[in-house]
Order: sequence, then C-alpha cells, then structure tokens
Amino acid sequence: MASGVKPRVKVPKTAAAGDAITIKSLISHKMESGQRKDKEGNLIPRSIINRFTVEFNGQSVLDMAMEPAISTNPYVQFEALVPEAGDFVFTWYDDDGSVYDTTKSIAIG
Amino acid sequence: MTKPMGNTLTAIALAAVAFSTVAAADEAADLVINGDQEMVIRTAAPEHLSDVLDEINSGWLYRKDETQLLQMDDFDNPGMIFVDLAQDAWNAVDGSEEKSCASCHDNVEDTMKGVRAVYPKWNETAGEVRTLAHQINDCRENQMGAEKWKYTGGKMTAMEALISVQSRGMPVDVAIDGPAQSTWEQGKEMYYSRTGQLELSCANCHEENFGNMIRADHLSQGQINGFPVYRLKNAKLNNAHARFKGCVRDTRAETYKPGSPDFVALELYVASRGNGLSVEAPSVRN
Amino acid sequence: MEFSRRETLALGLGAAVVTVMPFSVNAAADDVIATFTGGADMADTGIELTAPEIAENGNTVPVAVSAPGASAIILIATGNPTPGVAQFNFGPLAASQSASTRIRLAGTQDIVAIAQMADGSFAKASATVKVTIGGCGG
Repeated sequence: MASGVKPRVKVPKTAAAGDAITIKSLISHKMESGQRKDKEGNLIPRSIINRFTVEFNGQSVLDMAMEPAISTNPYVQFEALVPEAGDFVFTWYDDDGSVYDTTKSIAIG
Repeated sequence: MTKPMGNTLTAIALAAVAFSTVAAADEAADLVINGDQEMVIRTAAPEHLSDVLDEINSGWLYRKDETQLLQMDDFDNPGMIFVDLAQDAWNAVDGSEEKSCASCHDNVEDTMKGVRAVYPKWNETAGEVRTLAHQINDCRENQMGAEKWKYTGGKMTAMEALISVQSRGMPVDVAIDGPAQSTWEQGKEMYYSRTGQLELSCANCHEENFGNMIRADHLSQGQINGFPVYRLKNAKLNNAHARFKGCVRDTRAETYKPGSPDFVALELYVASRGNGLSVEAPSVRN
Repeated sequence: MEFSRRETLALGLGAAVVTVMPFSVNAAADDVIATFTGGADMADTGIELTAPEIAENGNTVPVAVSAPGASAIILIATGNPTPGVAQFNFGPLAASQSASTRIRLAGTQDIVAIAQMADGSFAKASATVKVTIGGCGG
C-alpha cells in the first residue's frame, strides 16, 4: 500500500432530483511514471493509479483508465446525474494492487 | 575553468531579458477563493521599500490563466490535499510524550489563526528569529518528544500549509524592528548581493525585472506570501527555503542549507517585502 | 539543463527568448488510435478538446474533453514516450460526456482526443500544446 494516499472529493450535500452536478476529485499519489531514473541511473519502476471509477447507488457514472501521463495527484472533474438520494462511491486502483475509496452521500432537497 | 564572464554575461543576459515582450499577465484579474474569500494581491509597497517600489503584487498575477484558476477553488487546488493530510497529522499522537499537536493546540482553526501572517519572527526564549518550520520542530522535539521533520520534506510542508491556510486572507505582517532588526538587515544585504558565476542578486530579477520574461518564465516580484506553494513543476508543496536553495543554485553559486541562519534572515527580509499582501498559502505556481 | 557560457551568451544575444522543446511525433500513437477505432474513419466534429496553447509547465497540464452522446473518449499525447493518456468510459449516470484532468507532456506536441459515439461512429479533435523550458529552476 503506497503511503500518504488520500482522496479529496467535492460533492454537493443536496440536489434536486434529476439535477446534473459537477464533481471534483483528487487523490494524493505520486504516479511514478516508469520514465524516471534514480541517482545510480536505474529506472524507477512504474507505480500509478491505473483506474478510477465512480458509481452512484450501484450504477456507473464514470470508469476511467489512467496511464503514466496523468499528472501526480490525479485530478478528475466530471458531471453526474442525481436521480434520487444516495451514495457516490469513488474507487481508485493502484498498480500495486491497493484499492482506495471514499463515499459521499447526497440528499434530495 | 577560465574566469567567469561575470558582469559582461549578466549585462547581456539582462539586456536580452529587458528587451523581451512583457508577457500577458492579466493585470486586472482578481483573486477570489471559493467565490467568497478575496485576496489582496496588489497593494502599496511597505515603507521600508517605498523608495524603490510603488506597488507590491502577488506571484499569482504572473501565471497563465489556467494556473490562476487552480488556486481559486479549494477542490481545484492540489495543495489542499496536503492540508488534509496535515490535519490527520495534527490529530495523531506522536513521540515519547504521547501527545498530538491537538493535545496542546486544540483546533487548528482557532489556535493557529494569524500565526503564519507574522512569521518569521523573533523568539524571546530562543534569542533568535524563528521560522514556522523551526517552531514546528521545536514543539515536536521539546513538547512531544517526537523526531524532528526534515525541513523541506513533505510532512513539514504539509503542516506549514495547514497552519498557513488559517491565516489565508490576512495581511502579511512580519516585524522588522526591535530584536529582529539585525536579522532583517542581514537578509536585506543578502537580497541585494550579487552571487554565483552568473553574478545575480535576488533584486536583479525580482526588483529590476519583474514582469519581464526570463526564457519562458514570467518573472514575478519573488514574494513569499503564497508559501508553501504547490509547484506544477514538481507536483508538491515547497517552502521558502527549498525555493531559495534552488534560486541560489541557479546563479551557479554554492547554495545554502534550508533552516540555516542565512536563509532565516533572507526569509524574514523577503517576507517583509510582502507586508500588506494577503497570505495566500497554499498557492499554486509553476 | 546545463548551459556552457558560450550557449548562455548565444541565448542572451537575441536568440528566441521562448525556448521551445523540439516537436516530436510517435508512431505508437497511430497504433493506439487504430486499436480504439479499428481503423474506422473519424469525423472532425462532435468532440471538443480544450488545452492551453502554451503549457505553464509540462508536468501538470490541464485538459478537458467533451463529446455529447459519446460512450467513451480516449486522450493521446502523440509526442510522449508512451502516447496513451487516458480513456474515459461514461456510464448511464454521467450527466454529460465530458471530463477534465491534468496530464504530463514531455515536449511540444499534438494531443488528440477521439470519441466513440453511441452509434459506433468516431470523432476526433486535436490541439497543439507548446511545452517550454522555464527560466529559473526549470
């Protein structure tokens, strides 16, 4: 498990049913590209977040495949529909097998 | 190695810089964070500077539109994730005394408000000017019985960001008189001293040429009201000493050590050049 | 980047102030595109790609893609060592087929976005992003 990996997501607390909302997501992760070399000249192996998914009450909003060209501390902004109250589940998958996730609830109002 | 070209080189380099076009900084742009926190990004130069500058302004103005946008929303600002991480550290017990920062300092929002705005500052007990990082390590070592953090490391810059954001929007107000005066004067002398093979002083670029381009970079006044700063270049937070070290190295001089008395003096002086600008930390720059 | 005094002098003597990394193209980019489209034609409308003309820093370049009605969009950096950047797959609860992110560009190059539309057709947009060498400290 990479250390210091922390998600940060902005979801409004409430929305009207059927609204489109903007979601901003960030996760602290080095995104080691596999292109860099260490002091001895050896290639530092790739170690990145390779996939980011967003689901709402079990339905897919976004499923994003990431490659090493995504910057350190990957940021993704997108729009989601809010048909009803529920939970947004954000999941990030690491090359090393770790999975990071966070859940944000939204109410209708 | 033959003798450095010295002044000739500097003169040519600066002549080229001076003749280049002033890049498109949006002079009229305003920095409002999260739609409601207005920053003072240009103001009258403080008295000690008023003989050389009329106006002081924030480095934010010199960046491209896309970069400026990153600082205007706390969920666009990549520096804020480190504030979150430091909040966890604030509450975490660390060291032989089984304390966390919170054990003595309660909520960071209450107890740290206004702190960053007056640092670096004179510490009576220690008998010297201290930076925020020095003070953090002092607390860790002497109050918590915890290991000191590396001066320019990720944990330190994150904690500096957490503490700094509590002063965000407040004017920088470091004392330059009283017991801090001799340190301030030492810093001022450093600022105006040419150094390195390129024989450049801080002032050559940041006082005489702000607004001009140095290669593809838009030169700012070199203010540090936004430090610690998330730099796009290394995708992490950087504090003042880390940046000073790089700047001095870029003049092809033997650079100083972060945390050293030289850099403390320089930081006090450079901070005072920004007295009146809002604390912007954590800011976003190139 | 280390410059000799001769090179510094040359730069100072009126050479272009904006130093631009050399343009580069990668044949592997075509492979990535072919894998996604199966070689199908790509329309040049129906997808928008937003990127800065000059990147503040090649390490973190904000870009945005938008293709109403798309099921997926891929983003390619044709001049990077490996051209693939990302693939956005939009689910039924995506309010729009658009997304923004931040990418690394190794040098001045064309970036390309290709959308696969609901009807199976493809649309392509590209943008040239200049990546410069900074003045001080990179």
